[in-house]
Amino acid sequence: MAERVHKQTPSSERRSDAGTENVAEPVTETGEKLKAELDDLLDEIDEVLETNAEDFVKSYIQKGGE
Amino acid sequence: MAIPKVVGIETEYGILVKGGESNPVLASSVLINAYVAATSPRICWDFDDERPSSDARGFSLDGGPDVEMHLVNSVLTNGARYYVDHAHPEISTPECRGIREAVVYDRAAEEIVRRSMEYSRSVLADDVELLLYKNNSDGKGNSYGCHENYLIDRGVPFGRLVADITPHFVTRQVFTGAGKVGSEEPGTSAADVPFQISQRADFFEEEVGLETTLKRPIVNTRDEPHCDPVKYRRLHVIVGDANMSEVATYLKLGTTAIVLTMIEDDTFPSDLALANPVPAIRIVSHDPSLTRTIGLRDGRRMTALDVQWSILEAARRHQKKRGFDSVEDADDVLNRWEQVLAGLASDRSTVADVVDWVAKERVVRAYADRHSIEGYDVRLKALDLQYHDMRPEKCIASRLGLRTIVGADEVRTAMTEPPDTTRAYFRGRLLAKWPQSVVAANWDSVVLDVGRDPLRRVPMMEPLRGTRELVGSLIDSSDSVVELVTRLGAAPEM
Repeated sequence: MAERVHKQTPSSERRSDAGTENVAEPVTETGEKLKAELDDLLDEIDEVLETNAEDFVKSYIQKGGE
Repeated sequence: MAIPKVVGIETEYGILVKGGESNPVLASSVLINAYVAATSPRICWDFDDERPSSDARGFSLDGGPDVEMHLVNSVLTNGARYYVDHAHPEISTPECRGIREAVVYDRAAEEIVRRSMEYSRSVLADDVELLLYKNNSDGKGNSYGCHENYLIDRGVPFGRLVADITPHFVTRQVFTGAGKVGSEEPGTSAADVPFQISQRADFFEEEVGLETTLKRPIVNTRDEPHCDPVKYRRLHVIVGDANMSEVATYLKLGTTAIVLTMIEDDTFPSDLALANPVPAIRIVSHDPSLTRTIGLRDGRRMTALDVQWSILEAARRHQKKRGFDSVEDADDVLNRWEQVLAGLASDRSTVADVVDWVAKERVVRAYADRHSIEGYDVRLKALDLQYHDMRPEKCIASRLGLRTIVGADEVRTAMTEPPDTTRAYFRGRLLAKWPQSVVAANWDSVVLDVGRDPLRRVPMMEPLRGTRELVGSLIDSSDSVVELVTRLGAAPEM
């Protein structure tokens, strides 16, 4: 195991030694923020999703490739 | 000694004709022609060096895969190839020396596809639209590929290459998988596998082989180096998913280039050989909990994550001892590799902004919760397909906050400008400056009309020649292609 890699390290520590990216927020706060964002996102997805999912999925046929 | 890694990605896009007759070959041709007509004169692909039935294990397969020579096939000024492959539009990025650079060109390919969709509207009836999807399966047992290419030393014994790369190909999907609702493995249904990690894992039936459309192998043996065949091999990788996440594409290419370097230098740990790679690739894909183990040849059992940790450890040892001069961006790739494994091992949500399958699973679950959906539902499959929709207004992936590592400006530039540091520079610049004189082009040569017979073929057998450094000023200062050819003849360094 390389020095900086410890599978048993608690997640909060691992995030903080993960290096180059922004990882400042505590996990719980991030979780709540993510949930709020997810709610907004789901509203949007309800609008974006093909209106007739059944027909769309049925028509999505891709024969021949590679 | 490991050689510099030159990499590229070929992506086949799924295509639908909305409001019109479903003819994917014709639709793909219309799409590409619309782009080419709007942006540049048509330059034909030269098929002279296409040998897809040549096998890396040293024989040639009669009746092997055919190259369809009559379909639309063009070369772009960024050095890419844009063509109809079977029933899909496909873009091959130009050869790239940098891993991040390859991500830029993969993103540029996406933008070219989006632009093609827009241009095609002017040649189609008002109520007809071409819809493109950057995925690898239709959910009905049909798959199409996103292939990677890596330049490697011909001197590496192919058998060792196969043995060593296989554990990486089976387990890297934990961060490269694009996610899929349901299963296409014969005999397995969405009730057994409601969600899996990889788009492609269900389609692999062999450990090693030449095919790409039937009995797909984990290690593909197509031996078409498209460069000096005495010195080099081009490893043609068919096992991967197309990624919407830039970081996933970056890690897919970067970690594989690092593993190939270790194989060339014989520092890859041989004790990671798997007992049964074909079942293993599905076991890993069908287990988003990442807890199931796969058997190793030495009798141990490990999770895919543990195999990845072991490969990363070996890579860190290699880095400390020898460095990774052969792979541009290697140090950053190693750091991000470690971060993504750590995130997958602890709090999955921390990598939902870089790992496609995690991002997709999260939104599929949330959607199912909101609409009280239990088990498989066609709306979840629609969500899966639309994750990969190339229409900005319909794409789900672009709404999930995936981390970006390349800028919009450099992507825009890469749609028309070639990379500086490979032979794609020569190909692309010639096309841009003398489009009427380039009769044909392919990966390892350009055929020029110098105004009198015969045509002149300029070979480019070295992927790291023909660069801006070597030929930039020569191209800039030549007034005609005749002058360029004459001066090239006097410049053996090209």
